[in-house]
Amino acid sequence: MQLEKFSYDNKIVRDFAIATLVWGIVGMLVGVLIASQLFAPELNFNIPFLTFGRIRPLHTNAVIFAFVGNAIFTGIYYSLPRLSKASMFSPTLSRIHFWGWQLIIVAAAITLPLGLTSSKEYAELEWPIDLAITIVWVVFGINMIGTLIKRREKHIYVAIWFYIATWVTVAVLHIVNSIEIPVTLFKSYPVYAGVQDALVQWWYGHNAVAFFLTTPFLGLMYYYLPKAANRPIYSYKLSIVHFWSLIFLYIWAGPHHLLYSALPDWAQSLGTVFSIMLIAPSWGGMINGLLTLRGAWDRVRKDPILKFMVVAVTAYGMATFEGPMLSLKNVNAIAHFTDWIISHVHIGALGWNGFLTAGMLYWLVPKIYKTELFSKKMANVHFWIGTLGIVFYASAMYWSGVAQSLMWKQFNDMGMLQYPNFLETTLQIIPMYMIRAFGGTLYLLGMCLMVYNLVKTMKVGTLAEYEEAEAAPLLKEGKEKISHRWLEGKPIYFLVASLIVILIGGIVEFVPTFLIKSNIPTIASVKPYTPLELQGRDIYIREGCNNCHSQLIRPFRSETERYGEYSKAGEYVYDHPFLWGSKRTGPDLHREGGKYPNLWHYLHMENPRSMSPGSIMPSYPWLLTNTLDISATPAKINAMRSIGVPYPSGYENEANDHLTKQAGVITLDLQKNGVPAESDKEIIALIAYLQRLGTDIKAKPIVGNK
Amino acid sequence: MIKDLLQSVEGITIYPIISLIVFVLFFALIIIWMFRVDKNYIKKMENLPLEKEGETNFNITGDFYEKKV
Repeated sequence: MQLEKFSYDNKIVRDFAIATLVWGIVGMLVGVLIASQLFAPELNFNIPFLTFGRIRPLHTNAVIFAFVGNAIFTGIYYSLPRLSKASMFSPTLSRIHFWGWQLIIVAAAITLPLGLTSSKEYAELEWPIDLAITIVWVVFGINMIGTLIKRREKHIYVAIWFYIATWVTVAVLHIVNSIEIPVTLFKSYPVYAGVQDALVQWWYGHNAVAFFLTTPFLGLMYYYLPKAANRPIYSYKLSIVHFWSLIFLYIWAGPHHLLYSALPDWAQSLGTVFSIMLIAPSWGGMINGLLTLRGAWDRVRKDPILKFMVVAVTAYGMATFEGPMLSLKNVNAIAHFTDWIISHVHIGALGWNGFLTAGMLYWLVPKIYKTELFSKKMANVHFWIGTLGIVFYASAMYWSGVAQSLMWKQFNDMGMLQYPNFLETTLQIIPMYMIRAFGGTLYLLGMCLMVYNLVKTMKVGTLAEYEEAEAAPLLKEGKEKISHRWLEGKPIYFLVASLIVILIGGIVEFVPTFLIKSNIPTIASVKPYTPLELQGRDIYIREGCNNCHSQLIRPFRSETERYGEYSKAGEYVYDHPFLWGSKRTGPDLHREGGKYPNLWHYLHMENPRSMSPGSIMPSYPWLLTNTLDISATPAKINAMRSIGVPYPSGYENEANDHLTKQAGVITLDLQKNGVPAESDKEIIALIAYLQRLGTDIKAKPIVGNK
Repeated sequence: MIKDLLQSVEGITIYPIISLIVFVLFFALIIIWMFRVDKNYIKKMENLPLEKEGETNFNITGDFYEKKV
């Protein structure tokens, strides 16, 4: 048979690898900075662009989409052509994909510190960038599927299934969660409100973890672990069961992020049940990875690449056992809103993603540069300080999470809260925040060693830009019976099958919540925000207050005592977007309205420590001097009306008059109390919003289901 | 429009049950498939990432890692 010649493009692999390293350092550096701000708030430098609320999303986006994202593409652009025995479909598309993705990251790095955010976790980027992501993702998909269509290997290896499932699911998640109404060039409102928005967001957020941080990395594991260990995967059969049950189950588990929330109970239970079932496929994958090394454990002792991979797979196993445990309601009651969750995600991010990336790069870079790794010893040092970093990080956060949660829930003999002042529980865990920052710094140092080691390796070797290869063409065969082998021979059918599998879960979750009114009882006294409150809410979003403050009081006595009446689904019907938050670094704010006088908020925003000594909240002095931009008020009212908020027609024209009037009242009150407040400043709008929070049902009794 | 039509859907408790049944059926199918699969096929798939130069006719020069193996 005539062999066909073709080549593998190693240059694009190298480019993605360098991007992985660069963004990894940037993302982790921001991580260390925000970790330090939590015990030294002055590290916010009173600069808006460096405050915690704005750069915490920068950290998560940089690590997830820039560091891990580029690592995924590095791994795929190396393994996919080799497993398919074909060049990538189009070198041009590869370049567009590479530069497009880097531009998106740069756009994120500019817009997030500027406060241009949708506030939805891991989907903070505003609509023009969302569109760009869609285009680049489609480019990547065409390139991948195109390569598979012209492949010379009949069968599609399991790693590629994970790549395909990743592509199709991320596409669906991104589109569904990003349906928003643009107001201005960098401001939009999601079409969903309140409970529905929360459900969509955490369906997205959970599956971003599943299909951006897990499935592509499992694909990488199934390729690079056998490569590095030089032995086949322990059980290919297990990998097939692993694949299908994992992608089927994951998509249902999103509601476990909303336990004890205002989400309907049946949906919460659904999330819990599917989360527990997820242990099986996850551990199937972990066992498959670890048992691949059976009989080769002596090599793990010597080879830093295998060490990284073993710890990565073990961390995957730990995180995927912990996840289902956290989705049990009784465990979740303690862990949710605390640092425990931060620890959990960092076991995944630092251990699983970070270490598998390190193992892959230490293996891959010398290979495409046709040389040996510059220093094995240095890679070993990286392994040990990285591991130590994870241990410091995780143990500090577990400790602080549990300690703070128990303090929140502690009652004294009189039946009163033992620690009624939230700040008391914060001050207790400050030492843990320091240890966490230390652990993170160790991990970052390890990353720096890897960068040095790999740069040196690149200098010593020479990049084989195009690696020549040859293989026999794929022959057309007669009709085959429909089976898994048939399915995997047809990448497009495979893609459709994965799509159907993931859609079933999404549809069953969404349809009832979206279409059945009784799921969200309406409350007659809940009214749309006034124009000033709406503007204040957008400032709340801009400053990323939701990164540290929840707006969701769970139905526990410890929470109703501390914050007030628990939150009802019907209170959020005009919240585009919802702002429930996922972490209480500061107290819940859902019943903040009326709790303190306007003056308190004014002084507290200027310098939180003047009102609450020892507070770790950043100061927001610019809110007192920035003039509120009211030019977009009519557009905001129109946008809100178009997605179902009942502002009367023509209200957009009088909205700014109402706004000025309400601002005047608040300003007068502030001036009477002796501060030189001006009515056109941003602080007035923010105070209006904070004083509105949760007051709708305070004033009047709940009318209940209509 | 379609929203109005579907608003009359009743008995949401059936949804979680449907979802469990769908999954169990799906899982059973995979397990059945797993037991019936051809052994040679599995053997081939397992070794797909590890194919050596000879088998794939790779024309690689200076590939230290592969040579050591």
